[in-house]
Amino acid sequence: MNYKELALKLKTEKLVPGHRSCSGCGFPQIVRAVLASTDKPLIAASATGCLEVTTTIYPFTSWNIPFIHSAFENSAATISGVEAAYNALKRRGKIKNDIQFVAFGGDGGTYDIGLQSLSGALERGHDFLYVCYDNEAYMNTGIQRSSATPYGASTTTAPAGKKIPGKQEFRKDFAKICVAHNIPYVAQASLSNIIDLTNKAQKAFSIKGPKVLLVLQPCTLGWKYPMDKTVEIAKLAVETKFWPLYEVENGKYKLTYKPAKDVPVIEFLKTQGRFKHLLKPENQHIVDKIQENVNSEWDKLVKLSE
Amino acid sequence: MYKDGRGGKVHKMSKTTAMTGAESAAEAMRQINPDVVAAYPITPQTAIAQNFANYVANGIVDTELVRVESEHSAMSCCVGASAAGARVMTATSSAGLALMWEIVGVAAGLRLPIVMEVVNRALSAPINIHCDHSDSMGTRDLGWIQIFSENAQEVYEHTLIAVRLAEKLLIPAMVCQDGFITSHGVENVEIFDDEGVKKFVGEHKYPYGLLDIKKPVTHGPLQLQDYYFETRSQQIPVMEEAKKEFVKIGEELGKITKKKYPLFDEYEMKDAEAVIVVMNSTAGTTKTAIDAMRKEGKKVGLLKLRLFRPFPYKEVSDALKHVKKIAVLDRSVSFGANPPLYSEVKNGLYDVKYTGKLHSCVFGLGGRNIFVEDIIGVFNRLLDGKLKDHDYIGLREE
Repeated sequence: MNYKELALKLKTEKLVPGHRSCSGCGFPQIVRAVLASTDKPLIAASATGCLEVTTTIYPFTSWNIPFIHSAFENSAATISGVEAAYNALKRRGKIKNDIQFVAFGGDGGTYDIGLQSLSGALERGHDFLYVCYDNEAYMNTGIQRSSATPYGASTTTAPAGKKIPGKQEFRKDFAKICVAHNIPYVAQASLSNIIDLTNKAQKAFSIKGPKVLLVLQPCTLGWKYPMDKTVEIAKLAVETKFWPLYEVENGKYKLTYKPAKDVPVIEFLKTQGRFKHLLKPENQHIVDKIQENVNSEWDKLVKLSE
Repeated sequence: MYKDGRGGKVHKMSKTTAMTGAESAAEAMRQINPDVVAAYPITPQTAIAQNFANYVANGIVDTELVRVESEHSAMSCCVGASAAGARVMTATSSAGLALMWEIVGVAAGLRLPIVMEVVNRALSAPINIHCDHSDSMGTRDLGWIQIFSENAQEVYEHTLIAVRLAEKLLIPAMVCQDGFITSHGVENVEIFDDEGVKKFVGEHKYPYGLLDIKKPVTHGPLQLQDYYFETRSQQIPVMEEAKKEFVKIGEELGKITKKKYPLFDEYEMKDAEAVIVVMNSTAGTTKTAIDAMRKEGKKVGLLKLRLFRPFPYKEVSDALKHVKKIAVLDRSVSFGANPPLYSEVKNGLYDVKYTGKLHSCVFGLGGRNIFVEDIIGVFNRLLDGKLKDHDYIGLREE
């Protein structure tokens, strides 16, 4: 897909304007790009979270396609039920169309509370795409730490204090967890590289079975940066290799973007208030540790992709 | 002709077979042939899911069976499938129902006509696999229709009614039976002919299916202070309608089964001085006790609830108001409050200015046996004025 094609596809308006996400929020671009990546009829589910609360404030809805929200931890189980119903009714001749299924969840609803439900749905092999809009904390409830929150970040439940400088644990490698389910397609994408994102979503929709797409989504409130910097910061995450873009097709890793030059991770960190405390000289060792981790994770990815 | 999961043959006519309550539930599910079943194993419910899985594996039903990784996902999957427009069933017990509790409420709030077999089992702790009603009672205020069943026959028939009732009113319904006592006890069960039952159950037509892609509907939106109250309130009057509809649909089923399906059964109530109110299998034990006592000229009777949600306050109170002595037997407790069934009966009797004596008896927690002699003992103490206001049956006191 190129920009022109994407612009044309976005005209179908599956998620229409008027919703109440924050100015500068990253997920509308992600969701619209994913929804635009298939021409087949699509049914969406969402976990409780920013996406669901801002797009379905009764009596309004931004969803111009069938949509269901049930609870926080079960969007994968919910969509697996929709897909099961589709299989049953198709078999019984009550439905003719080919329909595709997509479930959304934030990192809290994916890495943490929804992990079991997602794992179950992946293992059972339902034909659906799961998209995690990963903003690296529980943003909807007020920026609490999740297992996707990066090491060193300050959140409301793991704040940078005088004694403890933010989160003390590295984030979960969620893509690997998905890959370990031996599903046909897992990919990491970023809203800054929107064509790469839609290419991955398109590929995912073309494959039968469970697929997972993890998309980094900067959050103005939680990451604490000016609202016009969302794409720029997402791009820095990619350029510093903090968030590598890659895909794993049938177990085979492939980097889909290699930054042309080495940009130190501090260039990404220093753009956001959640890492502000790391700029103090006494916290330089934390930045070093983050850089080491970025380097070693990248090296591992490069090896896997060879 | 086909073979069922255990090698049996198709039921072209009604036939009476020895089977358990779990098997009779599975038989009803076979005849209903739902679009989707999602279930997770838990004792003693497992027998239902296993029997049904056999039907699926052998092509006797063409249901999409989703073997989920937890009860939470079982109900979540049912919610998705039901909102999609499918006819959906599941089954659970005890901790399973507790785990899915959140989504049990979602199913009712989204007005999804899911039917669930609940094989009643005690809740932890201490862990216990045997019968009491604390699991169902824990979900009594979540907006589901709750039908309690005395035996395997009623489980079968109530399941058929539940599907119609749920789909007519868009309220989910649970059919309860006693764990092990009913679910694993073998009885004679009359299974009615497949065609007749199929006709009775009919086609499911859900008006807001997700799969209707030409008419996109948003299920489960956020409703705040400005709308939530009204939406929730809509569940109240429609739940009330379930009483009338239960009887109406029961009358229709009665044309096949030649039986009646009242909101509650009255056994030897006409001239009864002392009456026991109870649900599920203990009603059978009570009938046996009554038969023995009646032979001795004792005027004792039974009121057995089928419908617990919605609770038929007026009807139950009218049936009980002239009874001098009543003992309500609960197979669950409400810590720091009156036991659930007793509480409801007492609520209703206030409206008819009941002047008799009403007692609460808690029994059978964690599967503690209750025998005919125990029931006779309750009746005798009730008649002699020796029953405490809040009493226990079968509880060791040392």
